[in-house]
Amino acid sequence: MSDTDTSELSPLEFLRWGWRQLTSMRTALSLLLLLAVVAIPGSLLPQRGVDARAVEAYLNDNPKIGPILDKLGMFSVYTSPWFSGVYLLLMISLVGCILPRSRVYYRALKARPPKAPKNLTRFPASIEFVTTSSPEEAMSAARRALGRARVDVVERDGSHELSAESGYLREAGNLVFHISIVVVLVGVAMTALFGYRGAAIVAEGDRFSNVLTQYDEFGSGALFDRDKLPPFSFNLDNFSATYQVDGPQRGAPLSFEATGTVSDGVDGADKDFSIRVNHPMKVGGASVFLVGQGYAPVIKVTNPNGDVVFDEPVPFLPADPSYTSNGVVKVAEAEPEQLGFQGFFLPTFIQGNDGATRSAFPAPYAPIIGLFVWHGDLGLDKGIPQSVYVLDKSNMTQYMDDKDPKKGYRVSLQPGESQTLPDGHTIEFVSLKQFARFQIASVPGVEIPLIGIVLGLIGLIGSLSIKPRRTWVRARRENDSRTVVQVAVLDRVPRVDLPADLDRFIQRMQEPLQLSEEGDV
Amino acid sequence: MTLEQLGRLSNYSVASATVVLALAFLAYAAQWSLARNVAMTKVLAGGEDVSLEESEVKADRSDAAGGIGFSLTVLAEVILIIGVVTRGLSAERVPWGNMYEFGIIAIAVALAAYLLLVKMWDIDWVGALVTLFAMVVLGSTMLFVYVPPGPLVPALDSYWLVIHVVAAIVAGSAFLVGATASVLYLVKARAERLTPEDQRTGFLWKMPTSGAIDQVAYRVHAFAFPIWTFAALIAGPIWAQAAWGRYWGWDAKEVWAFITWVFYAAYLHARATAGWRGKAAAILALVAFGTFMFNYIGVNLFVGGLHSYAK
Repeated sequence: MSDTDTSELSPLEFLRWGWRQLTSMRTALSLLLLLAVVAIPGSLLPQRGVDARAVEAYLNDNPKIGPILDKLGMFSVYTSPWFSGVYLLLMISLVGCILPRSRVYYRALKARPPKAPKNLTRFPASIEFVTTSSPEEAMSAARRALGRARVDVVERDGSHELSAESGYLREAGNLVFHISIVVVLVGVAMTALFGYRGAAIVAEGDRFSNVLTQYDEFGSGALFDRDKLPPFSFNLDNFSATYQVDGPQRGAPLSFEATGTVSDGVDGADKDFSIRVNHPMKVGGASVFLVGQGYAPVIKVTNPNGDVVFDEPVPFLPADPSYTSNGVVKVAEAEPEQLGFQGFFLPTFIQGNDGATRSAFPAPYAPIIGLFVWHGDLGLDKGIPQSVYVLDKSNMTQYMDDKDPKKGYRVSLQPGESQTLPDGHTIEFVSLKQFARFQIASVPGVEIPLIGIVLGLIGLIGSLSIKPRRTWVRARRENDSRTVVQVAVLDRVPRVDLPADLDRFIQRMQEPLQLSEEGDV
Repeated sequence: MTLEQLGRLSNYSVASATVVLALAFLAYAAQWSLARNVAMTKVLAGGEDVSLEESEVKADRSDAAGGIGFSLTVLAEVILIIGVVTRGLSAERVPWGNMYEFGIIAIAVALAAYLLLVKMWDIDWVGALVTLFAMVVLGSTMLFVYVPPGPLVPALDSYWLVIHVVAAIVAGSAFLVGATASVLYLVKARAERLTPEDQRTGFLWKMPTSGAIDQVAYRVHAFAFPIWTFAALIAGPIWAQAAWGRYWGWDAKEVWAFITWVFYAAYLHARATAGWRGKAAAILALVAFGTFMFNYIGVNLFVGGLHSYAK
């Protein structure tokens, strides 16, 4: 086709040419490989749909290349036009392959096995032998040896001919497999369009209500109405975590469990719940998953007059397996200047030889927070949504150490301790709570891709294991005492062990026959 | 035995299995090199040729080396299975909870597949490649990603760990055998194109024809591909839906599992496409195996993500 001069084609012919190109096996293969290649960047670069914070961090660290990559859609590869383009083309190519092949298959199902070619011994897998049985007996022996194949027997020019075809299900499996890929892709699109998924951090003692404002992250399909989140709420009473306390795997997590009460609907009754990893809670058509955990020290800030201006648990996000955690405290009601704290939390702190503190164990045996302090404008009034885990320091000044002005002024507190800041405010580490990070998701129609892929697997196994085979047998009575039998087999998928299969077939076939003394000719 | 003793026994077993595999590889290498001047058929052109006897002696030696290689591989497999079982006993759970354990059990299964296929289809000609690869993987998992036996992280504490990971291990082991067959197919097919009839001596010509090797490769891949489909696209998503609330999230591991799937799908299609059959298809199978190995090594160690249970 490539040597056709396309400029002389009419628009219709050009379309037909394009369609043939797109639906050719070679194009399908190239598109398949292209799909694999375009999927790669999404695994190497952070993705917005997976971890939006990592994308922001990447953009901060790579100010030059970052924005270019962003323009190319490298941070949302799987929704980018080029990725969608490749897979839509592949879909079209797939459908363009399925339709004509289904037609061909339908015709093949109705057709009879092809007539025996003139010279069977010319086939690479063929054999000729002599029997004293009659041609009719040879035919029935062949028929029995063929088993469940579709068989035609005719008498032509004094010889009996048998044509058989088996393995029709191979192409059926093939078609089922490819159709189910379309079903899977459609199902995936549906679940994405009608579903929603969000994540929320809830500290012990806090309540989560299923409304948009309570989510830290939220994403929903284009056809999901965000105002129609199912009304439910739950209270996280307790979060428990256990860790390996001894042995070489000391500190390895053993179990996490969130317990509390949940109420389904606007005014449903409270019921107890327990959510563990791998064991989500189902409520209001959605599922609530436990996907993370950490510590939320309760911080209280009091102004110089003794009024409390801040008192709540602040989630510190864990950064390593021993729960060295980072967090930010924003005290908007501090006056005359707002206060911002940024620092770390360690559940079990130890002092290393170099004087640095680090966390030795994930459970809170010796918790401590260490914070640097900024004063000024937190920038909360600008109308730009701010992450609660990032301190905007552009309009803030850091308090520095009195003795060493190069070092920041430090707050270091264990539970129950407090410290008075240079501006007269007092900060107290009141108590320690844990927080749980929940993922809340509704995936309507998730059964469609599942059924699709299971059917696809069944079809795939059929298409890979069933042999499509044609068998021809011709028997001719040469004189009153001998019948010459010719057998040929042809696989529609070439295989090298066909002769061995032929031998086995001949053995089965010859069992009831009287072999001539002459044996094979 | 205490758990610590079992753990130590496991470590010793895995180390010993690596050493025995190295010896098996040497034996298989000897099988190749001893057959260097041996012609395809023992009787070249009847007559009183002195070199013929010499050649026969060499052929016998080559066969003996191959037999030793096979026996050593059986021994290595037995020791390795002891290593895997004691590892599971010492951790009191299934022995495939992290990268190290995945490595040793996948090699144990791959060796089992190899030994089985030697019995079924006489594929001992891939022995050198299989033992070399197994030795390298075992050695490097011990050196670079070893972790002492311990409990499972909570995310892995599910019966899907058995279903999903076992399917991945079986598919991966078969992919390894398929890849070695594809390598030898490429070597043999090239030799068949380039070597004149009268120079066809050596182990390469004792191996089956490239067509037969291609068929072994195809069958192994055709066996592995549906299992991989099940592991990566059925069991994985079902578990992900239960554990993370989404059946597919383009996590790095998922992306590469998908890429592997696409490449093997391309291989199966290529075998039925004019112009891609043979060499191009075999290269696709090797690229596909490369993506599988990258998923095991690269994604675990360098990329991270939800599936990072490397250590």
